[in-house]
Amino acid sequence: MDINFTPEELAFRDEVRSFLDAKLPKDIASKVKNGQHLSKEDSVRWQKILNEQGWMALHWPKEHGGTGWSPIEKHIFEEECAEYGAPGVLPFGVNMVAPVIIKFGTEEQKQKYLPSILNSDVWWCQGYSEPGAGSDLAGLKTKAVREGDHYVVTGQKTWTTLGQHADWIFCLVRTDPSAKKQEGISFLLIDMKTPGITVRPLITLDGEHEVNEVFFDEVKVPVENLVGEENKGWTCAKYLLTFERTGIAGVGQSKAALKHLKEVARKVQQNGKPLIEDPLFRNRLADVEMELMALEMTNLRTVAAAQAGGVPGAESSFLKIMGTELRQEITDLFRRAAGPYAQPFLPESFEADYDGEPVGPEFANTVSTKYFNMRKLSIFGGSNEIQKNIIAKMILGL
Amino acid sequence: MDFKLSDEQRMLEETVGRLVRDGYPFDVREKARTSELGYSAEMWQQFAELGLLGVPFSEDFGGFNGGGPELMVVAEGFGRGLVLEPYLATVVLSGTLINSLGSDAQKEKLISAIVGGELRLALAAYEPEGRYDHTHVTATAEKSGDGYSLTGNKAVVLHGDSADQLVVIARTGGKGTDRDGLSAFIVDANADGVSRRGYETIDGLRAAEITFNNAAAELLGEEGKAIDALEASLALGIVALCAEATGAMEVACDQTLAYIKERQQFGVAIGKFQALQHRMVEMRMELEKARSMTIFAACSLDAPAQVCAKRLAAAKAIIGKSGRKVAEEAIQLHGGMGMMEETAVAHYAKRIVLIDHQLGDLGYHMQQLERLLDVDDDAA
Ligand SMILES: Cc1cc2nc3c(=O)[nH]c(=O)nc-3n(C[C@H](O)[C@H](O)[C@H](O)COP(=O)(O)OP(=O)(O)OC[C@H]3O[C@@H](n4cnc5c(N)ncnc54)[C@H](O)[C@@H]3O)c2cc1C
Repeated sequence: MDINFTPEELAFRDEVRSFLDAKLPKDIASKVKNGQHLSKEDSVRWQKILNEQGWMALHWPKEHGGTGWSPIEKHIFEEECAEYGAPGVLPFGVNMVAPVIIKFGTEEQKQKYLPSILNSDVWWCQGYSEPGAGSDLAGLKTKAVREGDHYVVTGQKTWTTLGQHADWIFCLVRTDPSAKKQEGISFLLIDMKTPGITVRPLITLDGEHEVNEVFFDEVKVPVENLVGEENKGWTCAKYLLTFERTGIAGVGQSKAALKHLKEVARKVQQNGKPLIEDPLFRNRLADVEMELMALEMTNLRTVAAAQAGGVPGAESSFLKIMGTELRQEITDLFRRAAGPYAQPFLPESFEADYDGEPVGPEFANTVSTKYFNMRKLSIFGGSNEIQKNIIAKMILGL
Repeated sequence: MDFKLSDEQRMLEETVGRLVRDGYPFDVREKARTSELGYSAEMWQQFAELGLLGVPFSEDFGGFNGGGPELMVVAEGFGRGLVLEPYLATVVLSGTLINSLGSDAQKEKLISAIVGGELRLALAAYEPEGRYDHTHVTATAEKSGDGYSLTGNKAVVLHGDSADQLVVIARTGGKGTDRDGLSAFIVDANADGVSRRGYETIDGLRAAEITFNNAAAELLGEEGKAIDALEASLALGIVALCAEATGAMEVACDQTLAYIKERQQFGVAIGKFQALQHRMVEMRMELEKARSMTIFAACSLDAPAQVCAKRLAAAKAIIGKSGRKVAEEAIQLHGGMGMMEETAVAHYAKRIVLIDHQLGDLGYHMQQLERLLDVDDDAA
């Protein structure tokens, strides 16, 4: 047993570090570290740099332009990116729809969609959830009726992340209303510019516009946009979920956040002493630190098992729960570190070109919005309750 | 021992209850919240007409002569409606301080104006480097002509942006966190030498950073001796915040319960899942604790100083702890809906969490409790 990286893995880490030192734009890293908004251009600029390096598609096979990295190498890469303040790659194209197209798509579909995903020329969003179908995804109602060489799609998707920027949406739609729930579903790719699509913003409790409602009113979608077989969309959906859960532990993000939190706690003064010397606060920092160690080792064990050929299955549900709870706890501590200055709400200060005075210490202005925003982590990607149901069923056999 | 409200307290409860039910539906609140003032001036007049602005003051000024329980009843009702108006700032914090320290003439002028709804105040006590410590005061005031000249910075002054006048704590003696040498002043919010930077807070209220630069100030009470009265007003403020949190937590629990009974997934109401039933039970348990501690605090204001301080610290700490659980669970059990600005429960969650950042958070009050751990509660 050896918990250290091998010399080859260490050399790989050095290579990643030199790349990030040389190529990660400083303005983007600074926005990430200060919790400021990234524009669409920022994300695209970074993703194009990654693509030039050939490091955009971690989970694709090599022949389609993937990195061909081992699970441990992917893990190292993701950790280093978080440490350096590189923005997370937007998952909807490269990590969600692309693996489905690679696995179930036709040759024409691969030709048509993969290059523009790799080069971040086309933005995708995920059209799964509906007002009546959240945890119970298979209860979705948006219907697609075949008429000659196209489907006519009518219905509504909701909580669609970054749908306001998207060029395309991948959707689960009901093609056979008479079949059993999971069996009448198909996986459709839809151009957002098609007539009949309306996108309406949904504002979240932190005042952000991240999610949207997407309405479909008799939208004509060519039959060649179907991925896989008609009524076999649930297989695609489940396959996609295994990719949605990679990197779900967020170890890198938690490490970077904890480091920042400690810096803040050393600076903030309370009763004439740094906050980090306050026994109660320090105790909670220690608690987060040990939980993070436990998470990291559990994550590495899961990654190593995948390396050895096992596929991370229900184990990733443990990681989702542990990782999201930890990230949420860190945002709670940031809020506490800010003290009374957790109260001001200054959305304009989240923009990088904001040159006004901060209210109170600079770190404080984003802590409460971040705390509330991060509540989403235990709700989406399969809520933490649903993850527990999966563990109970798949691992415990209950 | 009797946990029943008196007839008068019950009438007060009904008055506030009716006002919030009829005059404060969520969409009306949202309109007031997003207005320039951040609350409704008409609603404030209604408070005056109903006598609510006089609750802690003597009948001489048209008041109700109320104490902890009366303020509790009002604040709990306000918590249920997520009331935006500057009641805590004007009546509970500033008004009671003027009432304790002011001369007859000052009270005649100021308290009557508060009760009549003509004067809105804010308490400028805490400072940028002082976190939750009200004795950390570096602002100073010096005699100047008939009055004083005041200089210093005040942090996150609740409703300081729209107040007509400010009650300001400044040093006329001592240093650092000395209890002696703290004085209270009245300062016209629009006077020369006062600059305010107002902003919205994340829970939809308003506050301001305020800088005083040789601003003309009028002393309240004896020079250098404001600390006891200040702490008595802060104690009332803590009771009001605990009660407001309890009211808000009650609604958050009720709305969540209603939601899980109604929301269907997998062919059943999600409230049928035992995993969620237990979570809902735990929320209710936290609510019960919060309510108990609020009553405890409200009825302890006349206890010996240290006993009162200990109980109030415990109450505010429990509110911080239970409030976080209720707020987070209310969002979680609502799923994506809980994350939405258009969902009322999200606003309750925000207010409940942010109450922990006013007048001392969980950590601050646990520190007070640790300091007072050996105070014998039975001595009361
Ligand atoms: C910020 C954000 C971004 C999102 N982005 C996208 C996106 O881009 N694309 C997309 O398709 N979707 C997206 N979603 C939707 C997300 O996947 C759903 O919110 C999630 O699946 C939960 O569904 P729901 O909100 O309908 O909650 P519900 O399913 O109604 O759940 C409500 C509560 O009940 C619990 N619950 C439900 N069933 C059970 C059970 N059987 N046992 C125990 N507890 C249960 C849940 O855990 C939750 O606490 C996003 C959501 C959010 C908040």
